[in-house]
Amino acid sequence: MRMRTLELGVGAFMLAGVIALVVLVVNVSGLSLSAPKESYTVYALFENAGGLTERSKVSMSGVLIGQVASITIDKEALKARVEMKINKGVDYLTYDSSAAILTAGLLGEKYIGISVGADEEMLADGDYIDDTQSALVLEELIGKFLFNKVNE
Amino acid sequence: MIGFIGGLGRETLSRLMALGSSGVFLFHSIVALPVPRTGFPLLIRQLYSVGVLSLVIIIVSGLFIGMVLSLQGYSILADYGSEQAVGQMVALSLVRELSPVVTALLFAGRAGSALTAEIGLMKATEQLASMEMIGIDPLRRIVAPRFWAGFISLPILSMIFSVVGIWGGMLVGVDWLGIYEGSFWANMQASVEFGDDVLNGIIKAVAFGFVVTWIAVFQGYDCIPTSEGISKATTKTVVYSSLAVLGLDFLLTALMFGDL
Repeated sequence: MRMRTLELGVGAFMLAGVIALVVLVVNVSGLSLSAPKESYTVYALFENAGGLTERSKVSMSGVLIGQVASITIDKEALKARVEMKINKGVDYLTYDSSAAILTAGLLGEKYIGISVGADEEMLADGDYIDDTQSALVLEELIGKFLFNKVNE
Repeated sequence: MIGFIGGLGRETLSRLMALGSSGVFLFHSIVALPVPRTGFPLLIRQLYSVGVLSLVIIIVSGLFIGMVLSLQGYSILADYGSEQAVGQMVALSLVRELSPVVTALLFAGRAGSALTAEIGLMKATEQLASMEMIGIDPLRRIVAPRFWAGFISLPILSMIFSVVGIWGGMLVGVDWLGIYEGSFWANMQASVEFGDDVLNGIIKAVAFGFVVTWIAVFQGYDCIPTSEGISKATTKTVVYSSLAVLGLDFLLTALMFGDL
């Protein structure tokens, strides 16, 4: 009888551990249990990719459609080349789409927002997005503002 | 002067010997992994007294630490108008640091000292020696189940601590201070990564469980078999394991989050 309560107690303890792990995984870290989605790669060159990191979100109209795979320097253009993995199901990005580095909230993380153009042709694996808009750097912004003030 | 140098040498040698014998001891108790049939009942008994009975202190401390974090975080973050980030702050600080470290410290005080005292008293009353006389290996029968029980319990306790702490933080943040519940969770889920944060926290807890129980059972096994010796060994357990946990935590944090 004593042994049974022991076993019950230990069993409940182990179960509590497993439940805690599941809560941590699903509720706290928001890990989706689905397999990594198939994706295709699109590149974009930015004058300034400041604040963008690997695994940053790529979104369109606020909906997540992919993530940043890598950020390197393009040696020919001498710009930041951002490699984006776009989910396979997203096949409606036109060739003249534009990519902008945006900020979520005032102090939030940087993400890439893509807006679609009107071209007939769609972006395929390995294509470049030509129309890009760089990250907003506060110092540059203030610099421009002061410059305008002086011109007035 | 000569006496001083001699003393220094003796001290170093005895420290080195203690380290060596604790290493050998550790090896023996790990090898003596509880086998089914005979070992499992022993292990379950120890899991009960080491793990299940520590639940109350872990849950209560987790709840209060989560609540305090939420309160403190709110009063600072509200100055910047970003009180939704409280969830993120509470979850990250609990999962990464506080739950492994605080659980290990509480565990050293609650379970580690009990292990040391129990084994120490067994040694003082010559139970261990008589076991050896009748051909039962005390390492396998007494020490190994306790070691494994502590090693298994601490990560579980640490995870429970995180969950309860986050719940406590939500209680204060959402229900009391009025942070919007959706952004509380959304911010948390956006910033907590499974691999980087949750898994690293669990790895920390596993490492702490190893160190704390090792120190506890070794101090008990190695104590001077008198009442004074047992009290000293118990004190040493708490002091050494607290220091080891805090030092190891810095090392592990530097390895995991320091971009080394």
